[in-house]
Amino acid sequence: MFQNACIFGIPEMAITDVYDFYRKMEDEKIILSFKGEFTPDLLTSILNILETRMRTMGVERKKQKRVFNVLVECFQNLYHHIDERASDAAEVELQKSVLIMIKYAGDSFIVRTGNHLSNEVIPELRRKLAMVNALSTDELRGLYQAKLKNDQRSEKGTAGLGLIDIARKSGSKLEYEFLEIDKHSSFFCLNVVIE
Amino acid sequence: MEKFHLIGSPKTPEIDFNGDTGILELRGRSIPENSVEFYSPLNKWLDDYEKQPHASTTVDVKLEYFNTSSSKCILDIFKRLEKMNGKATQVKVNWYFETEDEDMAEAGEDYQAIVELPFTIIEVDEI
Repeated sequence: MFQNACIFGIPEMAITDVYDFYRKMEDEKIILSFKGEFTPDLLTSILNILETRMRTMGVERKKQKRVFNVLVECFQNLYHHIDERASDAAEVELQKSVLIMIKYAGDSFIVRTGNHLSNEVIPELRRKLAMVNALSTDELRGLYQAKLKNDQRSEKGTAGLGLIDIARKSGSKLEYEFLEIDKHSSFFCLNVVIE
Repeated sequence: MEKFHLIGSPKTPEIDFNGDTGILELRGRSIPENSVEFYSPLNKWLDDYEKQPHASTTVDVKLEYFNTSSSKCILDIFKRLEKMNGKATQVKVNWYFETEDEDMAEAGEDYQAIVELPFTIIEVDEI
């Protein structure tokens, strides 16, 4: 239903609007954006582009590494936590479709991601996000060590360290929003600022 | 003993393990989607090494980046070596970090706090 509304509810973009679209991204200081199906190869390409870009921009090495780390964890979170229980092919495609934006404004990098989530996983994700946001740098480090030490892994081999690491490397609070699409799924937006 | 060698890739580190010298080196970046799968051949190789280790085992970790799923796998390797340490082999870890990369230095300290192995954290200009 959501998909149809997008296709039929909004008039098709005129070809000249492409420039407006481009200008808007330029004004928003977006250095890279992607919408579509998320794959491991895509991550390799985006990292490659961004690394070269940061090097030519003369970004200090420490910040380059932090941006790189946040990107890797954000992307791999998307990759591992995409809701795959969708019932038909169109639904699966929608679930795999993500939005990634990287902004560079006033010496800060901003990594913004958007993806579909099953409503069932939201309470747990909210809890994790609230928890990392409530912790200080030292407390985050303590939690990271404790989780690393503890031998548990999820079915997908993820260690539950992703969000903690993103919070540690970004050095600022994670901003997020859940936009409900219907009774089954929501769109999750995450905004990570690397100062 | 046969040598273990893996060529590095944009997402996986170069790994060298020479059973005759007891030197294990990890170099580059470790950010695969499936770290458990990636580290499984090294773990298999360690099964054999464990039976006849060199008198000293040195782990040189020269990583530029690693993701959180690799961090668990790296810990697993340290844990295995921790069990071997002081028996047939003396294990030590050299953890390298690039100047100003305090995050990587901290990561080494995090392991040092968790694992009972002698760690040396070494600053270098470039990894």
